[in-house]
Amino acid sequence: MTTWDRFVDTFFNGKVMLKYLPDILWGVVVTIELAVLIVLSGLAAGLALALLRSLAIRPLNWLIIFIVDLFRSLPPLVIIVLMYFGLPYAEVSPSGFVSTWLSLAFVLMAFSEEIFWAGITSVHKGQWEASRSTGLSFGQTLMNVVLPQALRLTIPPLTNRTIAITKGTALGTVVAVSEILGAASSAMSNSYNPSPLMMGAAAYLVLFLPVVILARRLERRFAWKK
Amino acid sequence: MIQTFFNVEIIAASWPIVVAGLLNTVLLSLIVVPLGLFGGLILALLASVRHPAVRWPLMVWVDFFRAFPPLVLLILLFAGLPFAGLDLGGFACVAIAFFLNTGSYYGEIFRAGIESVPAGQVEAGRSTGLSRLQAMRYIVLPQAVRNVLPDLLSNTLEVVKLTSLGSVVAVPELLYQARQAQSLTYNPTPIVVAAVIYFLMLWPLVRLLSRLENRALAGRR
Repeated sequence: MTTWDRFVDTFFNGKVMLKYLPDILWGVVVTIELAVLIVLSGLAAGLALALLRSLAIRPLNWLIIFIVDLFRSLPPLVIIVLMYFGLPYAEVSPSGFVSTWLSLAFVLMAFSEEIFWAGITSVHKGQWEASRSTGLSFGQTLMNVVLPQALRLTIPPLTNRTIAITKGTALGTVVAVSEILGAASSAMSNSYNPSPLMMGAAAYLVLFLPVVILARRLERRFAWKK
Repeated sequence: MIQTFFNVEIIAASWPIVVAGLLNTVLLSLIVVPLGLFGGLILALLASVRHPAVRWPLMVWVDFFRAFPPLVLLILLFAGLPFAGLDLGGFACVAIAFFLNTGSYYGEIFRAGIESVPAGQVEAGRSTGLSRLQAMRYIVLPQAVRNVLPDLLSNTLEVVKLTSLGSVVAVPELLYQARQAQSLTYNPTPIVVAAVIYFLMLWPLVRLLSRLENRALAGRR
């Protein structure tokens, strides 16, 4: 056996790959489920917080800013570990899946609130005043005048942040979620062979490479005019 | 509740373990941040050579390492390489994975910065007799770095937070040490303490960034 054959046999072993392919594919499904849940709930919560903040109620805004700062400064893995290993001491035992979902959703909420809020404040004050003076209510002004302009502005930073946080689903491995990395790791220790890990890596590339390239295009399309 | 999650006795008992972790987190950050900056700068400088034979492989490289979750890269190095007879240990794996991953992010930021400096300035510099490198060093880079400073800081914040991944490959940084202390004491207090330390350490940076970003987005209309 030449060195090359041995390399292929170790890292791209056909038999092992075929055996664990279903596990990895199932991991892909779990990763996609997690990602969709995180993106939907995180962005919705972030937008909701930004809208709440635009009501300009002082004590409420301090609370929002504190929550946002908290989830921006804690490493996502620390939040996941805290939920999964810490909460059970308070008689609440979220599963690994729920811990990962909620933790990353909170992080995305914090980052997206910050971006949505920056978008909202970037709309000139005069537009608020003009809309209100034509008889639009606060809500109408927000929905029909401010948000359409604000959201367009937030697309590039939001896309990048969302991708970065979605990749965090791999952290679920630490709390025994069998998403791609988790499935690949356990398949590797069952087979004493790194081929499943290579499959997992390939699965991540297939999932995320198109998104990264798409984001690059979006960024150019919605680039801020200087 | 306070007895469980913020037990003073346990804080006192686990303090030396947690502080050792904090020191390692700081040390790890002091190594991986400059390493990433260095890698990013090289990528961006290479990208400023506008030849397609250089540009395309670079873009593939950057997108490749941005598509991988950092933890996947880390596990690949830590658990995969030993099968090829190469056992680097947790610390070296963290350093290499971060160099590849965060270097790509820093690279994109530096590239955006370099492209933000008008080409006329380089031409002007070159016409006064500066070499290509000198023009880059004295004219382009100082402005480029200033233009993307908020992005650089924001990425640095992410890198420091990412050092917590070291806990997965047994690098004794803050999160790892806190987990050790937790399993020794059967109490979640050490993890809460670690979270508080992360927050206190990074909050000033988050505040600063939030101001810079608000100003940047508002000013770009």
